[in-house]
Amino acid sequence: MTEATYNFAYLDEQTKRMIRRAILKAIAIPGYQVPFASREMPMPYGWGTGGVQVTASILGPDDTLKVIDQGSDDTTNAISIRKFFAKTAGVATTTSTPDASVIQTRHRIPETPLHEGQVLVYQVPIPEPLRYLEPRETETRRMHALAEYGLMHVKLYEDIAKFGHIATAYAYPVKVAGRYVMDPSPTPKFDNPKMDNCPALQLFGAGREKRIYAIPPYTQVVSLDFEDHPFTRYRQDGCCALCGADDSYLDEIVTDNAGTRMFVCSDTDYCEGRRAEGHTGSETTPMESAHA
Amino acid sequence: MYVAVKGGERAIDNAHRLLADARRGNRDVPELTLDQISEQLALGVDRVMSEGSLYDRELAALAIKQARGDLIEAIFLVRAFRATLPRFGSSEPVDTGAMAVRRRISSTFKDIPGGQILGPTFDYTHRLLDPQLAESGDPAEPATAEASDAPTPRVTDILRQDGLIEESPVAEDDSAVGDLTREPLNFPAGRDLRLQNLARADEGFLLALGYSTQRGYGRNHPFAGEIRFGDVEVFFEAEDAGFAVPLGSVALTECQMVNQFKGSATEAPRFTRGYGLAFGQSERKAMSMALVDRALRAQELGEDVKAPAQDEEFVLSHSDNVQATGFVEHLKLPHYVDFQSELGLLRKLRAEFNQDQPELREAAE
Repeated sequence: MTEATYNFAYLDEQTKRMIRRAILKAIAIPGYQVPFASREMPMPYGWGTGGVQVTASILGPDDTLKVIDQGSDDTTNAISIRKFFAKTAGVATTTSTPDASVIQTRHRIPETPLHEGQVLVYQVPIPEPLRYLEPRETETRRMHALAEYGLMHVKLYEDIAKFGHIATAYAYPVKVAGRYVMDPSPTPKFDNPKMDNCPALQLFGAGREKRIYAIPPYTQVVSLDFEDHPFTRYRQDGCCALCGADDSYLDEIVTDNAGTRMFVCSDTDYCEGRRAEGHTGSETTPMESAHA
Repeated sequence: MYVAVKGGERAIDNAHRLLADARRGNRDVPELTLDQISEQLALGVDRVMSEGSLYDRELAALAIKQARGDLIEAIFLVRAFRATLPRFGSSEPVDTGAMAVRRRISSTFKDIPGGQILGPTFDYTHRLLDPQLAESGDPAEPATAEASDAPTPRVTDILRQDGLIEESPVAEDDSAVGDLTREPLNFPAGRDLRLQNLARADEGFLLALGYSTQRGYGRNHPFAGEIRFGDVEVFFEAEDAGFAVPLGSVALTECQMVNQFKGSATEAPRFTRGYGLAFGQSERKAMSMALVDRALRAQELGEDVKAPAQDEEFVLSHSDNVQATGFVEHLKLPHYVDFQSELGLLRKLRAEFNQDQPELREAAE
């Protein structure tokens, strides 16, 4: 066997066309899960095969790609996916949020607000927001068709009755353009408000579950709640130890055996940008070169 | 002090190098060749071809070598390669009745036209570890006889002549056979798609489900009507040539289960079918598949759908080991953002709990 040669961005053009059709349909029906013939990718299901297929289908030679996992450009899987596209598509890559035209993400939305012309591609494990309430696809599809979302409200209500507030910390369900209830992928609910009226196009790819859905730019996205129990963002009570940010989502890092904790920005690009601007935190050390 | 988020790139590269070294093992031991894997670990190769959905012994052997003998990993390698291959059409249905049979048994008739042919099988071996195999040395040459040219009709075809078994459904000429690798699987799925899903399904998963039907979770009274293993020629209708041209032959294992059916108000009692087919010699897979295929026909045959093996969505959604292993193992990926969110929630709930019920907290302490 000789070294295999692959098409631009790995997928063959027929497959990309099929995926682009699904994407167009998804944009036309915001929040609706479009089935698509997901391919076996050279990385495992659960590692972002849906996001990778969406990115592969929309990527052009002039694009600049950023890939983050848990908000960071330097987590192993983000590196692996970025290298995959650098190799198979030869596109420019960046860690800077404003400079990227396509951003593939797992579990976070960047802190820096997105702008028009950008595309945010989410990796989605379970696209169906009703799945844990109703395991059957035949049932959940019917519920979406009839906009029958009572079950979800009952679940949220039961949380309130039991715990005093809604006990969903991530993958917090939203309603898109007043119609479809949608799973935002397992982002922390802190990120939910960023999806609303966002200037960038948001695409969601679930490879194993074979679904694509979308939020077109400037679309209303509302986190489900009740009048007397409005949606609240959760954020750790603290500042980033490196850049001092008091508005970003934080990672908690255990620093010694005594259980000492420190908090740092989960969005590494945001944090580095702030440190470059001269912001400091309690643990700031002279900044090392950001990119090896 | 804070180093956890940097250096991922070099760590990945070094991990890959270490993996390649671990795969090779002790370099004083001769390296495995693909021929050795293909010839001497043939049933592993068969399984990788079956569940990888690609009939290519050499690639399957390569995948097994690369996967260090992890067959699900090997199946994944073959699947990812297969996904990139261009499709130029579907073959004609293979005629397993015309199979060059290497093994063929029926548990429903003592003798059948063409005879029972035991062939290479573990069935009647005593499972005693053979110390001689630890040494090298060739086994005795197999006993041979003149190949018989007697036809070996399928046992179910014999039953069919008397109308004792349901007819096999016949495909409509103009309807293409489904392909779940090209179109997303929707429910309810046609039997063609169900069978395709089962043919790609994890052997262990089907084995457990098939076994569960035998133990009463969706019992369907099976008999192994026939299990045959041998070579079948594959034809392809070439539009340019205007006729079907032979592409070569594939080794297949076919299992036809014969299942009891009590009949209904409109239908006379008769036997029904469960069907299993796999590349190479994969009898456990083919038999399990036939049991599950029959179980999944419960609704069509007016039976109660109560057991897991009869539940189409449950079976078809969880049968694929490449999907399953991916999602189970993805728990290894970082989840600290979500975990952080959960930690925050949990701390809040615990604080509220302690506030509301100080006496409980004291009791617990």
